Amino acid sequence: MASDKYETVIGLEVHVQLQTESKLFCSSSTQFGAEPNTQTTEVSFGLPGSLPVLNEKALEYGIQIALGINCKIAERLKFDRKHYFYPDLPKAYQISQFDMPLSYEGYLDVTTKDNDSIRVRINRAHLEEDAGKLDHESHSDGSLVDYNRAGIPLLEIVTEPDLKTPEQAYAYLTLLKSTIKYIGVSDCSMEQGSLRCDANISIRPKGQKELGTKTEIKNLNSFKAVARSLQYEIDRQTQVVESGDRVVQETRLWNDAKQKTVTMRSKEEAHDYRFFPEPDLVPFTISREKVEELKKLLPELPQAREHRFVKEFQLSEYDAQVLVSDKKTADYYEVCVNSGADPKKASNWLTTELLGILNARKESLENCKVTPESLSLLLQMMDKQVINGKIAKEILPEMVETGNSPEDIVKDRGMEQVSDTGLLEELAKNIINANPKSVEDFKLGKKNAISFLVGQMMKETKGKANPAIVNQLLQKTLSEM
Amino acid sequence: MAKELYEMTVVEAVNHNKDEKNVNELLSSLSKRAEKVNPKVKAYLNWKTEASEFDGKTSKDGKSLWGVPISIKDNICTHGWETSCSSKILKGYIPPYDATVVNKLKNEGAFIFAKCNMDEFAFGSSCESSADFPTLNPWDLERVPGGSSGGSASSVASDEAIVALGSDTGGSIRQPASFCGVVGLKPTYGRVSRYGLIAFGSSLDQIGPLTKNVEDNARIMNVIAGYDPKDSTSANVEVPDYTQTLTKNVEGLRIGIPKEYFIDGLDPEVEAAVREATAMYEKLGAKVKEISLPHTKYAVSVYYIVATAEASSNLARFDGVQYGYRHPSKDLVEMYMNTRSQGFGEEVKRRVLLGTFVLSAGYYDAYYLKAQKVRTLIKKDFDEAFKEVDVIISPTAPTTAFKLNEKKEDPLSMYLSDIYTIPSNLAGVPSISIPCGYDSKGLPIGLQLIGNYFDEATLFRAGYNYEQTMHWNDKKPSI
Repeated sequence: MASDKYETVIGLEVHVQLQTESKLFCSSSTQFGAEPNTQTTEVSFGLPGSLPVLNEKALEYGIQIALGINCKIAERLKFDRKHYFYPDLPKAYQISQFDMPLSYEGYLDVTTKDNDSIRVRINRAHLEEDAGKLDHESHSDGSLVDYNRAGIPLLEIVTEPDLKTPEQAYAYLTLLKSTIKYIGVSDCSMEQGSLRCDANISIRPKGQKELGTKTEIKNLNSFKAVARSLQYEIDRQTQVVESGDRVVQETRLWNDAKQKTVTMRSKEEAHDYRFFPEPDLVPFTISREKVEELKKLLPELPQAREHRFVKEFQLSEYDAQVLVSDKKTADYYEVCVNSGADPKKASNWLTTELLGILNARKESLENCKVTPESLSLLLQMMDKQVINGKIAKEILPEMVETGNSPEDIVKDRGMEQVSDTGLLEELAKNIINANPKSVEDFKLGKKNAISFLVGQMMKETKGKANPAIVNQLLQKTLSEM
Repeated sequence: MAKELYEMTVVEAVNHNKDEKNVNELLSSLSKRAEKVNPKVKAYLNWKTEASEFDGKTSKDGKSLWGVPISIKDNICTHGWETSCSSKILKGYIPPYDATVVNKLKNEGAFIFAKCNMDEFAFGSSCESSADFPTLNPWDLERVPGGSSGGSASSVASDEAIVALGSDTGGSIRQPASFCGVVGLKPTYGRVSRYGLIAFGSSLDQIGPLTKNVEDNARIMNVIAGYDPKDSTSANVEVPDYTQTLTKNVEGLRIGIPKEYFIDGLDPEVEAAVREATAMYEKLGAKVKEISLPHTKYAVSVYYIVATAEASSNLARFDGVQYGYRHPSKDLVEMYMNTRSQGFGEEVKRRVLLGTFVLSAGYYDAYYLKAQKVRTLIKKDFDEAFKEVDVIISPTAPTTAFKLNEKKEDPLSMYLSDIYTIPSNLAGVPSISIPCGYDSKGLPIGLQLIGNYFDEATLFRAGYNYEQTMHWNDKKPSI
């Protein structure tokens, strides 16, 4: 394939809405989904004479994320105006940060599913206000505009062009999202638009120093869409170059239904934003004490937690990563282990069994009736051979349904494991007598003959027999025959 | 002859207003006066005949402006009352909130009486760029009242206002005060909240009072000055009672005369009046010396870069989307273009274009950034000067009121009429214009006193001492 000749260069720009009670520069509520134009003041409408006042909470949230992605925090906070005309931008300029971003020079270390590790450098993360939303559908001869979103605080996080594959981009976004969710300052929902991503991508012949011409991809509505659109662009740009053409510098829109990118605007139509310092907001020094204070308030972040899980619980890196990527899952896991469950078993049972059941029921761990202590108890009952794995798998759905403890369910349904050797010995004899063919096979060295007999034993005990004892008994009895 | 109620000063009006009946008498007198003189001077866009916003049942106790009618420049937002900046693009725009200064005045028992005409969006020095009509000077109806707060100055001078508020970005309070023979103060930048003032040059704009005398001005400042949490550029600096120190004499006051201000283009009659005023201060015990503000010659150029840059940005929101004028159009781009080219007047378009140019990619460093650097030098001039003196004296404007249309077609000469007032805005220092005589045509001449940051008190004291010696404001225009 021709694409082996080229390497890909990807940079991502992520906008995260900060979950403050009020907007970046006024007291309007930030509540999502309210009636159009009700979450507004004269400031978020940009009415003449209104002035912005910085929301301190938004600054704190911004600093916390910046620290969480290993950025340096600027000495001074300064805002600039970015000008363009569009009906969703009430002042016809956006208050943003141009030459002195809130934070800079950060990084995240990410690992893909295929164990491809890379350090993604972060160029900058800066504060700015969100725009409103246009509604082209609900009115037949025109468009409507809703300013509820206008002025909601955003942190724009821009990477260096360090990413080389769509998978790396996917892994970066996943870690970024989980880091921010750990800090608890945004719900990072792409569906609700509280996390948005634009991608810049170019290709160049392997070994070439200078970058190829890039395109910017917009309208990405999921991490999967980011990965797919990047792959699409790699293929498209490769084809363009291979056929002797040049890649055009432009902004392209991802069409999710058609799974392709299409031209939105070319560089010639690009804006001159005429940035200049926002005169309505006086620049001020960000105190180092405050930064330190905010640093102390940060929880353990997913990357650190992953390393700890590997060390403390002897989990594989992949298992640890799966567990920590969602804070609630990792919290659940730790409670489960701390109340006595075997760490490896807990990891498997939580991520495959319990989450499997919840996913099928379209439920989340948050509202799950099975407490981590209860799951731990179930696993410990297996360890103590009160029940076997098969029974445990039978019980778990009932625990999810009713919230009853595994002990009660086992007792109520008489599901305790049968480990009484005398009883099982008796049963083994009966089964052997009833199946002479299998005995013959066993003597002929057919190993699976014993499995058949074990199966018979389990059938007779309705699955409650201790499989280890059954195996041992059958081996012993058959060898003695 | 007994004084008519409409002739009263703020201090007199406060004393007059014993109860609701007195307030209504005052309002009725003022409203009749407006009916009579406003058709001549055209200072008002509109005024009230009833004190609908005034609740006479409220207690007078502790309210320093109870029942005082206030006239307000049309770029200061008044809840429920059209605020158009005398522009076609904002016709019909009714703010859903009061500016902070309006709130503060109302809390002290005052009420809004009228909205004053102005140069469109405060871009001008003659009030001729109003989209409604030009305001005229009550001293000579063929002349301009100055601008941009021309309506405010003219209304006070023609006794159809007790007091008016204006705004000053490069001289827009002081120059019309000078042309109309009233007292006008531009406070220190940050002294008065800009919340609700429709922005022209955000780093330069200040609201200030235009009054019949210095004491009134101090009274109004007592109410409107102070920190406002809604305006990040307002200063958290304590506000003294400005009326307390007025009467203190000026013995030992150090006054500076900047040599760079007495230059070609300064009317000899104006210069003579300012020199005489300076001599009078010496007689009163002040110490006068020549000082230097070496970067003065760059002030007008710097101003027309900084102010237009900020204006081009501040006026971007008038795009026909949410409020005000919208030109019927078939698509979005056409709507923007038609709305803005039909809705804005010539001077506004000139300044928006200038400002857009100086902020454009490739020009920013050469113009805007350089202008900001020179602005710092101009600030330093004042810092140095105020190490040696307490007050700087100068003419407010190089000439007295000019004739209508005299400078309309010559923007540069119009811009130069703000040559003495602009440096204070660039530096942020407070300045007051007080009457200091009349020229041979009988037109008022203004004296400008420039003070150190947040030292309005000294300006009021210096102004009051001079005013009480000369009584120039006893003379009224006959109209």
